[in-house]
Amino acid sequence: MGVFNAIARQFDRATIIAFGCIGVLLLIGSLAEPAFLSPQYLIQQLHVASFLGVVATGVMLVILLGHIDLSIPWTIGVGGMMATGAVSILGPEWGVPLAIPFGICCGALIGVINGLGVAYLRAPSMIFTLGMNAVAQGLMVYHTGGFAPQDRATELMRELTVGQLIPGVPNPILIWIFVGAAAMFMLNRSTLGRQIYAIGNQERAVFLSGVDTRKVILICFVISGACAAATGVLLAGWANRSYQAMGDPYLLPTIAAIILGGTNVLGGRGKYIGTVAGVILITILQSMLSVVQPQRYFAQLGLDFPADTFRQVVFGLVIFGMLLIYGRQQLVR
Amino acid sequence: MNAPTKAIGSAPTARRSGPRFRLTAAQRGILLAAGIFAVMFAVYGWKQSVGLTPNVINTAANKGALLALVAMAQTLPILTRGLDLSVGAVFVLANCLASSVVVGDPMMTGVGIVVVLIAGLLCGALNGVIIVYGRLQPLIVTLATGAIFFGVSLAIRPQPGGSVNFEFADFMTRSTYAVPHSVILLVMVVVLVWIPYRRSVLGRAAFAIGSAEQAAYMSGVPIERAKVLAYALSGFLAAIGGLLLTALTYSGAAKITIANDYTLNSIGAVVIGGTSLFGGVGSAIGSIFGAFVMRTVGDLLIVFDINPVLQPLFVGIVLLVAVSIGSLRILRIKNKLDLYR
Amino acid sequence: MPLLRMEGISKHYGGVRALENVSFEARRGSIHALLGENGAGKSTLIKVLSGVVQPDAGTISIDGEPVQFANPQEANDAGISCIFQELSLLPDLTVADNIGITRPPKKFGMIDFAAQRRIAEAALARVGGESIDPLATVSELSLSRRQMVEIAKAMARDPKILILDEATSALTAADVEKVFAMLHTLRSEGMSIIYISHRMNEIAELADTCTVYRNGQKVETFEAGTKSDNAIVEMMIGREYDSVFPPKIAKTLDAAPVLRVKDFSWQDQLNGINLQIRPGEIVGLGGLDGQGQKQLQLGLFGTLIGATGSVEINGKPVNLTSPKRAKSDEIGMALIPEDRKGEGLMLPMTVRENLSFAAVEKVSRFGLVDQAAEESAIAEMVSLLKIKSDGIDGPVAALSGGNQQKVVIGKWLMTRPRIILLNDPTRGIDVGTKQEIYQLLQKLAGEGAAILFYSTDYDELIGCCDRVLVMYDGAVVRTLSGDQLTETNLVSAALNLPAGNVEADIAVQAREIAK
Repeated sequence: MGVFNAIARQFDRATIIAFGCIGVLLLIGSLAEPAFLSPQYLIQQLHVASFLGVVATGVMLVILLGHIDLSIPWTIGVGGMMATGAVSILGPEWGVPLAIPFGICCGALIGVINGLGVAYLRAPSMIFTLGMNAVAQGLMVYHTGGFAPQDRATELMRELTVGQLIPGVPNPILIWIFVGAAAMFMLNRSTLGRQIYAIGNQERAVFLSGVDTRKVILICFVISGACAAATGVLLAGWANRSYQAMGDPYLLPTIAAIILGGTNVLGGRGKYIGTVAGVILITILQSMLSVVQPQRYFAQLGLDFPADTFRQVVFGLVIFGMLLIYGRQQLVR
Repeated sequence: MNAPTKAIGSAPTARRSGPRFRLTAAQRGILLAAGIFAVMFAVYGWKQSVGLTPNVINTAANKGALLALVAMAQTLPILTRGLDLSVGAVFVLANCLASSVVVGDPMMTGVGIVVVLIAGLLCGALNGVIIVYGRLQPLIVTLATGAIFFGVSLAIRPQPGGSVNFEFADFMTRSTYAVPHSVILLVMVVVLVWIPYRRSVLGRAAFAIGSAEQAAYMSGVPIERAKVLAYALSGFLAAIGGLLLTALTYSGAAKITIANDYTLNSIGAVVIGGTSLFGGVGSAIGSIFGAFVMRTVGDLLIVFDINPVLQPLFVGIVLLVAVSIGSLRILRIKNKLDLYR
Repeated sequence: MPLLRMEGISKHYGGVRALENVSFEARRGSIHALLGENGAGKSTLIKVLSGVVQPDAGTISIDGEPVQFANPQEANDAGISCIFQELSLLPDLTVADNIGITRPPKKFGMIDFAAQRRIAEAALARVGGESIDPLATVSELSLSRRQMVEIAKAMARDPKILILDEATSALTAADVEKVFAMLHTLRSEGMSIIYISHRMNEIAELADTCTVYRNGQKVETFEAGTKSDNAIVEMMIGREYDSVFPPKIAKTLDAAPVLRVKDFSWQDQLNGINLQIRPGEIVGLGGLDGQGQKQLQLGLFGTLIGATGSVEINGKPVNLTSPKRAKSDEIGMALIPEDRKGEGLMLPMTVRENLSFAAVEKVSRFGLVDQAAEESAIAEMVSLLKIKSDGIDGPVAALSGGNQQKVVIGKWLMTRPRIILLNDPTRGIDVGTKQEIYQLLQKLAGEGAAILFYSTDYDELIGCCDRVLVMYDGAVVRTLSGDQLTETNLVSAALNLPAGNVEADIAVQAREIAK
C-alpha cells in the first residue's frame, strides 16, 4: 500500500501524458513498420536515449531550481575532449586510468563557475551560462587548434558505451539507470532534494527557513556540469573519438525532454520519471522522423525539404503544444 | 519593505548637483561602448600593416554591421525584460529567403526585399503573440520558435547556394568616399526605426514595462501591444541583417552555427552597449557599438598574432565580465532578503 | 448632490471580511479624512474606488451616474486619481516621462517631449516641486522627491477626485507644507479630496469631514473639529471580542534574560533599540505598521547587513549573520514571517514537506530524510496545532488561511526554538484559529520559550503580552506593562502623542462607567 502510493506519486499528469504519447507513437509507427515494436528496436532506442538521459538529469536539477544551464553543449564537448585528451595532458601513465574522471571533473569545474556566478554573484543564469558555453568552446578550440582532435577514446570508454555487462543490454542504459536512480532517490528522499524543489518554489521562504540556498544552487550546477561531461565521455566512447561541436545537437532536445516530462520551466515542480518519459519521447520522435522520412512525401509533391527541417519544426511545435497544456504562467496583477 | 520596484528603496538618495548636461545611464553606456570601440579600432589600424585604408574600413564595417543589426534586434525584447533567442534563426531565415527572392530586375528585387522584411516582422510578431497571449516564458518560446524558423530556413535552402541581385548586393556593401554603405544603412535604421520607436508611445511603454511592469500596469501603459511590437520590430531588424548578409555572401546558407553565433554575440553586444538585462535601461545605439567591439576583438586577435580560434573564448570572457559588473548591485543591498525575490 | 457616492460596498477576501455594507460620500471642494486602525477597511475602500479591486456588492456613482471600474485605467478615465503608499513610479524613466506616461501629448503620432516637459513642469510647480528637474531619472531622486513626483503625476491627469493614501508619510516637513498648500488650493478650486493618514495633526489641519472605520464597517461621519482627538481614538478602537484571550499564566520571571539586545541600529530604519526577554516572557511590539518592527525581527534573525549594536543569547554575545545561524542549536531562534505565502511556505508543496522543512536536519541522517522520524514529528505537530487538512500529502495551498498559518508555526516549533519571533501571525485568519494561537503562545511561554510578538491588533497585544514595546520611526518610544497596558495608551503611544494625557484618562473612566 505504502509502496504503491510512493510509486503512484511519481506519476503526475504530464508524465502519464508523455508515456501515453510514447505508446501512441509506437502503435502508429508499428502499423507502418512492425519492427517498431521489436525488442531490438526498443533497446536500440533506449541506448540512444541514455546519452540524452544522463545530460537531462543534471539540467533537470537546475531547471527545478528555476534556473537554466545553456552551457551544456560545450560542457559535453569538454567532457568528451578532456577524456580523450587525458593521455596527452596527464601523460600515458595517469591519462589512461584517469581519462573518465578527468573529463567529468572538467565538466564539474564549468559547473562550479556557473554556480558561483549564478548563486553568489546572482547573475542571470541564462546569460552567465551562455557566456560559459562560449568560454568552454574557446578553450576547447584552442586545445585542439581548431581541428578535429586526433586522440582516441580509451578501452574503458569504449567498453562503457558499446559493451554489454548484462547480455542484450548496452552499458549506457545501465549507466542511465544508475544515474537516474541516484537522482530520483536524491530528489525524493534527501534533504538536498527537498531544498531543490523548495528553492524553485519560493527561494525567500527557503532562505528564511535557515537554508544556505546559494550552496544548493552551486551543487546543482556542479551536478549539471558533471552529467553533461559524462554524456560527453559516453559520446566520445561511442564514436571512439571526440569532435568539435559534439554537444551542439543536445541543447534543445535536453530542454525539450525535461519540459515535455512536466517539469515547470520556472522551477519547483517536476518528477524525474517525467524527464525519463520526455527523453524517450524525444528520442523515439527523432528516430521515427528519420525512419518514416516525411520529406519523401513532400518530395512527391515536388517539395524538397531536408530531414532536419522536420526535426526542428516538429520539436518546436511539440514544445508549444505541451507548454500550452501545462506551462502557462499565472497573470500577475 | 514592500518596495514594488527594483531600484526604488535601495538607490542612493543623493541628488546630482548640476541639473543640466547630465547623461542618462543609457547615454553613459553608449559613450563607454563607443570609447572602447574607438580605442580598439585605433589600435587595430595602427597595428595593421596597410593602415586604415577605405578597403580595410569597409570590410570591418560590413562585418560589424551584420552583428550590429542583430544586436539592435536583440535590444528591443531585452528592454522589456524579455529575451529573443531566435534572432539568429530569423537572421538566417532572412538570408535564405533573400537568396531566393531578391533576384531579377529592379522591380522584382524591390518586391523581394519587402517580402524578406515582412517575413522577419511576422516571425517576430509570432514570438510576441505567443509570449503575451500564451503567457509563456520568452526564453522557451524563442528557443522553440528559433528551431522552427531554422527548420523553415533549411526547407528554403537545403544546400548553401542561391543568388542575389548583383547591383543591389554591390551597392549595399561598397563605400562612397570611404564611407561604407553598411554604416549608412545603420544610421538610416537608427534614424528611421530606432528614434521614432524610442519617441513613440509603445516604444516608451517598452521601457516602462522593463522598468517596473506592475507600476506600468497601474499607470495604464498598453503592456500587451508594446510587447508584441518589441518582438515584431526585433524580427524586422534581424531580417535587415539577413539581407545584408545575403549581399555580402551573394548566397544563402542555413547553418545552425551561424544562427547560434549571432544569437550569442548579440546578447554580448547588448550588454556591452550598456543595456540592462533587467530591462528598462538601454539603447539600440549602444548595441551597435557593442557589436563593433565584439567584432573588433577578432580583428585584434589577428593583428596581435593570437590564434583567431580563441575568439569565442574572448567573447565569452567579455560576456561574463559584462554580466558580473551588473552584479555589483548586490554590494549595495543591506537586507539579505532583498536578494531573494 | 455629492460628487461621489458609494453605497452598500462589501468586499471579502476568502473568509475574511474587509468591508461590510459600507457607504461613503464625498463633496466637491472638500477634504474628507478616513480614519481607522490598521485593517479597519480604509485601504480596501480606496482600492475599490480606484479600480484595483472589484467589490462583491454595492454601487458607486459619480455625479449621479453609476460607474464600474474593471481596472485602474477606467477609474482614471472617470477622473479618479489615487496616490498610493507604494510608489507606482517607473524608476528608470525620467520625471517627465513618468508624469506623462498615462496621457502623453502627441505630435505627428510621436510623443511630444517638449510639450510633455512643459506639462511636467506645470504639474511639479502645482505641487510645490519646482526644484525637481523634469529630465532627471526617478531612481536618482530621494524618497521624498519621488513622492512629490508621484503626487504631480496624479495631478497631471486633472482628476475630479484625488485620493491620498498615506501619501505624505515619506515627505520631509517642508514638502508636507507645500503639499498642504496645494491641497487647500485644490479644495478652493472645487476638487474633492479623500485623505488617509495616521498623523492626527495633519487631519486636524486639513480635513473638513472625517469618517471613522472599524473592522470593515463605518462607525461615524462627522464634521472636523467637532470631536476631540481622544474621542476619535475611542471610536477607532471600539469593542468586538472581549474574552477570546486565555488567561495569562502566572509566572515568576526571575530567570536571566535569554535574549538581550543593546543599542541595535540599522540604516535609518532602526535607531538604538534595547530590549531583553526572559524565558517564559511574551513581549509585544506595538505601534503603527511600518515603524521598524519587521526590520527589528529580521535583524535579530540575521538578514540585515551592517546592523550595529550587540545581541546576547543567555549572556553570551553572538553574531547573527544568517537565518541558518539564528536557527542553529546554539541560538535556537525561530521567525514566523509576516507574509506567509511569500516568506513562510512553499505553497505548491505538500503539508508534509512544508512542516518538516526548517527542522529537516533533525529528522535526517547523512542527508537522507528518516521517514519514520519525520512521520512521528509531523504527527505530533498536527495534533498539537490541530491542523486540518485532507492529508499531509496534499499541497499546503489547499488549506485555509488559518491552517496555513498553523503550518508555518508548526514548521518552526519542530526546531524546538528557545526564542520565537512572530510577525503579525493572526493577520487575515479567522477568530477561532486566532484563539488557538493565543492559547499556544501561553503554552509555549509556560514551557519556557521567550516570545517577541509583533501585532497590528492592539487587543492582541493587550490580551497576550506581559509587556509591550511601542515603536515609532525605528525606535522604542514607550514600554507599557501591567495597568499601563491599555488600548488608549497603546494608540496614543503609537501616534506618538504625549503620554499620560489627562483627557485619555477621562476617556478610560468614561468607558468603565459605560460598562
